[in-house]
Amino acid sequence: MKNKIRFVQGNEACVEGAMYAGIDFFAGYPITPSTEIMEHLATRLPESGGRFIQMEDEIASMCAVVGASLTGRKAMTATSGPGFSLKQEAIGYACMTEVPCVIANVQRGGPSTGNPTHVSQGDINQARWGTHGDHSIIALTASNHQDVFQITVDAFNLAETYRTPVILLLDEAVGHMREKLIIPEEGELEVVNRLRTSLGRDVDYHPYLPREDGRLPMSDFGDEHRFNVTGLFHDMWGFPSANPKVISGLLRHLVDKIENNVQSITRYKEHYLEGAEYIMISYGSSARSAIHLAKARRERGEKMGVLELQSLWPFPRELVREKCEGAKAVLVVEMNMGQVLAQVKAAVRKPGRVFLGNRIDGKLITPSDIKTYFRVIQGRGV
Amino acid sequence: MAVKDYLRQRFFPHMWCPGCGHGTILNSLLRAIEELELEKKDIVMTSGIGCSARISGYVDFHSLHTMHGRALACATGVKLSRPHLNVIVPMGDGDALAIGGNHFIHAARRNIDITAIVMNNRIYGMTGGQFSPLSGVGIKATTAPYTTIDNNFDVVELATAAGASFVARSTAYHVKESTDILKQAIQHKGFSVVEILSQCPTHYGRKNKEGDAVSMLELHKTNTAKIGSKALEKNPVLTPRGIFVDTDKPEYCAEYEKVIAFAMKEKTS
Repeated sequence: MKNKIRFVQGNEACVEGAMYAGIDFFAGYPITPSTEIMEHLATRLPESGGRFIQMEDEIASMCAVVGASLTGRKAMTATSGPGFSLKQEAIGYACMTEVPCVIANVQRGGPSTGNPTHVSQGDINQARWGTHGDHSIIALTASNHQDVFQITVDAFNLAETYRTPVILLLDEAVGHMREKLIIPEEGELEVVNRLRTSLGRDVDYHPYLPREDGRLPMSDFGDEHRFNVTGLFHDMWGFPSANPKVISGLLRHLVDKIENNVQSITRYKEHYLEGAEYIMISYGSSARSAIHLAKARRERGEKMGVLELQSLWPFPRELVREKCEGAKAVLVVEMNMGQVLAQVKAAVRKPGRVFLGNRIDGKLITPSDIKTYFRVIQGRGV
Repeated sequence: MAVKDYLRQRFFPHMWCPGCGHGTILNSLLRAIEELELEKKDIVMTSGIGCSARISGYVDFHSLHTMHGRALACATGVKLSRPHLNVIVPMGDGDALAIGGNHFIHAARRNIDITAIVMNNRIYGMTGGQFSPLSGVGIKATTAPYTTIDNNFDVVELATAAGASFVARSTAYHVKESTDILKQAIQHKGFSVVEILSQCPTHYGRKNKEGDAVSMLELHKTNTAKIGSKALEKNPVLTPRGIFVDTDKPEYCAEYEKVIAFAMKEKTS
């Protein structure tokens, strides 16, 4: 167990997870509260032969990640609100061209420069719809460092599996908080590597022709197979096409490859959920307060529990509906104006029983904040 | 290998207008690659958006048609990941120096071993004839119906000041010279910028009374002169052509290899 137990920031846990998953390229631009991710990778990557580059802005960082991934590297960038906005152009490009990559967004308050050093969870919808046009996306999150590690490994795995950008939605509180992290042994967690084509040099390779299982084997730039990559709608060779069938076929594929796999992409945790009459749905740092409250209430015999979501997109509708079936009330605990609340209301059978328990002032929502919301819901006064 | 073997001929005829200079530049570039005997699989052509950017679809290399202005940023990721690849980035004037201006100066500053070609026709062709940062003052364009008041960049001066270690200029008229310069640019270890004046008879020539493609090509000849030539000495307002910068200085990927070697040694010691 030598050197396997660490006392680290959440951002460092993310770095450890990325290293475990086999990251070998990072491009970024400094921005609070995500900067520690790039600082640590600046040291760590060259130690293992990987590449790190500080680019001129967030746009360029995201572009460099796409270029690197096409040569076969496991590539990542990290940012926060304003930088996340700038990356959206190339995130859309990565969706369209099906380039695996990971984008960590350590959320701070917004809009605009907002509240750089304080916590917020205001980018949930931007993660889903930040880039223009129809598409689908995977976004993951976690509330403690062990889970940040695991979910970062998952982010790389899902990016490779579905040939898609994966958004890692951390937040300032988790990113900057320090706690214990146990780094798993090699082989303990699954690591998905790039699926490369087995076709020889003289066989026609179609970079955008899915196999029977839906996966698209890749070929690295620099290897034998030469093909075209474009942000235009394209055919199975990667060449631009204005054929209506090609356009609708590609768009459906980009959406279906993710939306049809919600179950295998969904990540969540249950805390005291068995028989719960009052359910909190939460994620990221706000879930910590929800779990704390549920534990205290259970000790007093109250049937309160937490459904902690670790994948926000594609939104796990079925899961949420099923878990909330018998609840007297559902409180969505988040640090925004109700971005996940809207998804939960749309998912459950009785949306009138779903309430928002939020905090939007840059301070972490506390168990006593949540208690106040429950007093109102339960008609016990403020 | 013949030049046609470097082309994806099934996409011909190309989409450029009759008389456009871009096809000529593609020809010069392929001849340079042919003379250097480069392997197709060792070349990645990365481009942005615009008429010039469509060049990457026509060549039988690894081709990456990216976003408007972002070709050099994407190319940086490719090159740093696989430094042995020849990364060639053809761009239009607006692509390279308006929306892509920041990436342009920073790629030059890093001196990363990429060959950047600015196919300068002084106009946004694909969107129908708007002025670009290379148009200069007194030009008619759809977005400058009363003529432009915007000053232009000088690509050579800008690239030199930003740190590019190879900087040259030629025109679509001077095809052999272009081939020769492109050969040297590709072989150069560091960031190379080659500006090639191109002509857009459709959107620039017509509006600015420069006539058809032939007369615009004539202008490439009469308005330019080789650096060090008597013609330029006599008439310094002519646009100079030739190689302005060819220096040997540390290249980014090679320097990063040193960082890796040092970091690995530190870790094991």
